[in-house]
Amino acid sequence: MAEEPYADLPAWSIHAGSVEHVDLQGDWPSPLTREWAIDGATGAGVRVCILDSGIEAGHPLVGEIQRAVAIEIGDDGAPNLIDDIVGDVSGHGTACASIVRALAPECSLISVRVLGAGSTGTGDALLAGLRWAVEEGFDVVNMSLSTTKHLFAATLHELADRAYFGGTILVASAHNMPVDSYPWRFAAVVSVGSHDGEDPLEWFYNPTPPVEFFARGLDVEGAWLNGATMRYSGNSFATPHISGIIALILSKHSGLTPFQLKTILSLTARNVEAA
Amino acid sequence: MNEGDFRAAVAAGLIGAEESHRALLQSIVETARAIFRAQASSIFLLDEATDELVFEALSGPGDETLVGRRMSSSSGIAGWVIATRQPLVLEDVAEDPRFARDFAADTGYVPRGVMAVPLLHEERGLGVLEVLDRETDRPFTLDDMNLLALFGAQAAIALDLLTKGRRASALVSGGEDEAEAVVRVAAALERLEGVERATARRLLDALGDVLDGRSPRA
Repeated sequence: MAEEPYADLPAWSIHAGSVEHVDLQGDWPSPLTREWAIDGATGAGVRVCILDSGIEAGHPLVGEIQRAVAIEIGDDGAPNLIDDIVGDVSGHGTACASIVRALAPECSLISVRVLGAGSTGTGDALLAGLRWAVEEGFDVVNMSLSTTKHLFAATLHELADRAYFGGTILVASAHNMPVDSYPWRFAAVVSVGSHDGEDPLEWFYNPTPPVEFFARGLDVEGAWLNGATMRYSGNSFATPHISGIIALILSKHSGLTPFQLKTILSLTARNVEAA
Repeated sequence: MNEGDFRAAVAAGLIGAEESHRALLQSIVETARAIFRAQASSIFLLDEATDELVFEALSGPGDETLVGRRMSSSSGIAGWVIATRQPLVLEDVAEDPRFARDFAADTGYVPRGVMAVPLLHEERGLGVLEVLDRETDRPFTLDDMNLLALFGAQAAIALDLLTKGRRASALVSGGEDEAEAVVRVAAALERLEGVERATARRLLDALGDVLDGRSPRA
């Protein structure tokens, strides 16, 4: 792999042209191809939950959303789930929704707004929002966010395992800064970093976790507030690419478990070939 | 040294520290602006008591009176970045009128592009570093992203020092009863000499052990 000028930073991103090939170990009964995995898929019937800043419903690049809720922190400090009539308070959730929609046009989108409770309330809102999403049994939960609070790590871990065994796949942004953050480090989630290629349907498998997959995360064009479009970069935009790809797989092959989905994603990654 | 003198001496040191830390923050925004050949760069401190982001340093257009100005941490670009701990790069944002209005209201300047990185120290989110309107004659790269993260790590250390210094200043200026007591004891210790000072020091060490839950040293 080409030498990076900042080689001591965590492995959160990769140049699309310098990805190592991964030799596939063992005998597999038949080649598992991208065509089998996603060709002809639309995301129909798959419920994708966006845990973020809300979604601007009706944005031309997002369309209708199935449901929008928000977590509000009450005066007693307890989080409450309410119907969200505010929408997107930053633009980011709408951006993620548009990326998923572009890849899986017929999936159902659900918005859980965990932002807006102030920076100190975000951790509690995040946990409450994730707990609700897992209990609802959504197929995919996109988490283009993280927390650095150790206090929340154990609960997040428990929720990630519950989702994994319950058939809900959590897709979480890896962190590109030298701090401990969650939930992307947990084995039960699909962690995503950025590559700098231009193909939204190109993903790479990383055999040396904690970052397991790289997807398009640089100079992505998508939705922003008030019907606008914007170009953006960051792992938080790579993550909904993987969520969208998973929605495609699930719409063609329903009933797959999170570990089966991870296996399919790794076997069909562009850099993985039979030895 | 009497208590007033002691307090003054410590306060003088802390004032110097505040100035140094401010100069460091200023240096970071100016360097970030130069490296990215950007129009502006700024650092926001998160005030956890009010859940607001406060301008602490600024390089570029916008006058110095912006320093100290506050904005909500519950919305917007910087709000998302501090809440989710994730960096964000946006370009060509002029199409969004609300975005432009929000920025103009906050900074007096409407950018087309924003790079924002959370300033994290251990598990705490301290603030946000923003770089506005980088030179866009070439596309944004992964190396740019890493460079932004490196600046963020440096700015976080500077912000941590600044907030610790301010906390110490608040203690010395007598905002809290316990701090008053500590200042009185420290000033009294400073006045002692020889055996008396050594004895007082041993007594304080023993008190420290008790407060820490350890058995006092013999």
